[in-house]
Amino acid sequence: MQKLINWIDERFPLIETFEYHMSKYYAPKNFNFWYYFGVLSIVVLVIQIITGIFLTMHYKPDTGLAFASVEYIMRDVEWGWLIRYMHSTGASLFFVVVYLHMYRGVIYGSYRKPRELLWIIGVIIFIALMAEAFMGYLLPWGNMSYWGAQVIISLFDAIPGIGPVLAEWVRGDFVVSDATLNRFFAFHVIALPLVLIVLVFLHLVALHAVGSNNPDGVEIKKNKDENGIPRDGIAFHPYYTVKDIVGVVVFLMVFSAIMFFAPEMGGLFLEHDNFNPANILQTPPEIVPLWYFTPYYSILRATTASFLPILTGAVFLVALLAILDTRDMKKRMVFAGIAVVLAFGLLSGLIEAKVWGVILMGASLVVLFFLSWLDQSPVKSIRYRGWIYKLALALFIVAFILLGYLGMKPASGINVILAQAGTVVYFLFFFLMPFYTKWDKTKPVPERVTS
Amino acid sequence: MSKQGVDRTRRRLLTITTGIGAVGVGFVAAPFVISMTPSARAKAAGAPVEVDISKIEPGMKITVEWRGKPVWILRRTKDMLASLKKVEPKVADPASKKSEQPSYVDPENRASKEEFLVVLGVCTHLGCAPKDNLEPGNVSGMGDDWLGGFFCPCHGSKFDLAGRVFKNVPAPTNLPVPPYSYLTDSRIIIGVDEKGAA
Repeated sequence: MQKLINWIDERFPLIETFEYHMSKYYAPKNFNFWYYFGVLSIVVLVIQIITGIFLTMHYKPDTGLAFASVEYIMRDVEWGWLIRYMHSTGASLFFVVVYLHMYRGVIYGSYRKPRELLWIIGVIIFIALMAEAFMGYLLPWGNMSYWGAQVIISLFDAIPGIGPVLAEWVRGDFVVSDATLNRFFAFHVIALPLVLIVLVFLHLVALHAVGSNNPDGVEIKKNKDENGIPRDGIAFHPYYTVKDIVGVVVFLMVFSAIMFFAPEMGGLFLEHDNFNPANILQTPPEIVPLWYFTPYYSILRATTASFLPILTGAVFLVALLAILDTRDMKKRMVFAGIAVVLAFGLLSGLIEAKVWGVILMGASLVVLFFLSWLDQSPVKSIRYRGWIYKLALALFIVAFILLGYLGMKPASGINVILAQAGTVVYFLFFFLMPFYTKWDKTKPVPERVTS
Repeated sequence: MSKQGVDRTRRRLLTITTGIGAVGVGFVAAPFVISMTPSARAKAAGAPVEVDISKIEPGMKITVEWRGKPVWILRRTKDMLASLKKVEPKVADPASKKSEQPSYVDPENRASKEEFLVVLGVCTHLGCAPKDNLEPGNVSGMGDDWLGGFFCPCHGSKFDLAGRVFKNVPAPTNLPVPPYSYLTDSRIIIGVDEKGAA
């Protein structure tokens, strides 16, 4: 055995790679519950890839055959039902673990220097994952698949000028059709998975270069012993591999419970309308995306003509704070200019509310890229932040969950107003962050991590 | 980066060859990007559709498929046409100023021959398919002052019997009128503009 390893090691940096990423990668010793979700994301990615490969063996990407081939997998393929339910449960749980993984990053300041690029790669993974999920959802060719794709692709139509041509290019037809299904299949099973795997690889390379953050937000690399090993670090392998196995086992228990007892999750993981084949002449009574898209769908629908003046007010509020925050006249002019241009765009009627909805939905994701620079607090972790940040974060969580809930409900009456309030809170959490993180009173950060 | 010891001739050669290489990559990318546009078959399926309209009873609607979208042809009765004037205060764009339609259709009753309404049955909000609520009054659960029209179940947009959108609903514009022309009195062709029209 040792001979074989030596033979390989002379031709490939086997030991070196293993040591760098596993046995001599020193992670902070104070990881808690929240640190399971990174490894769980990888576990789900593997589940999705393996089950996906086996599903493609039986699935047919053709509008005439797709729906029936999924039913065939469920009824006639040996164990096909299990593989498909693994894939559909995996899709929803992928978003569960990724959302919790991102939340961990937010509360412990894992996006702060020197981990900005690590966070940005993560946001790109999140967006690629959304594209992957959206395209995969068309494949069963159920009625909700069809109308969901129809609505989302018609968002491109809203872009002035190139919109209609772009939407036609995405669909490959004048409506969602066989051409659309076939290309979504190609993207879902090969293009995006490759992109995701490469991005996850880059995410890990970046992580292992800068080192993991921890619940105290203390840089363990600043305090090393005489051998150059961080005093608060422990080797990833065996300590965290063993810890993670426990987490993975518990996670797989939850996964199995859902997969065997509630794979539809009452219409949340597999929507009822999708048990009907796509019908171009009949829209489902209410078009609802799957739960993990609903916060963003809510932002899209909340943007009506009557909402634009409120948004203008929010823009001026942020601009006013930005102007008061700096003494540099040039910067003040820039902030004022941006506010005036935005206000003109919002109120002049040159751009319809529908287009603003698309812009806001895009902005709600793009703003995540800038998180590292929006946060001006001297501390990273929520443990040492003051009450203002904690309040802001609590409001954001409430707004995010509220938006997610409203995205599944009809957009009428009080729901629209609540969604608009949620949208304002969502954006103010980010755009006011440079100010309230500066005002907030922080507690002193200890030299070493706490146990 | 240090500029010392740079051989400018070699550097220029590298820059030029890289530039030409980038242009080449651009050219090679073009077929891939263009391959994703609607294929010849999709365009052929988008060909004009001929419809015999003589068999539609007054007050009835038929749906035909054109470019994979439902096109409605509604033969309007005298009462239906009369309702268009009465509903005018409730619609957002009565003269179809902001809406999509060929120049040869009447902007108010939205047809080139007022009896036959030809519109795309696709909600201008997010592309759902509105439902028929052609009967006036509360027959279809639309309230007593309903004069007949269409109702989109997705987000509650309402349209009158000329496909004109009501005020304060999510849909921004009237239902689009596709290009169409009369071949004879009883046959229309959808997808071909009237002669002499741009």
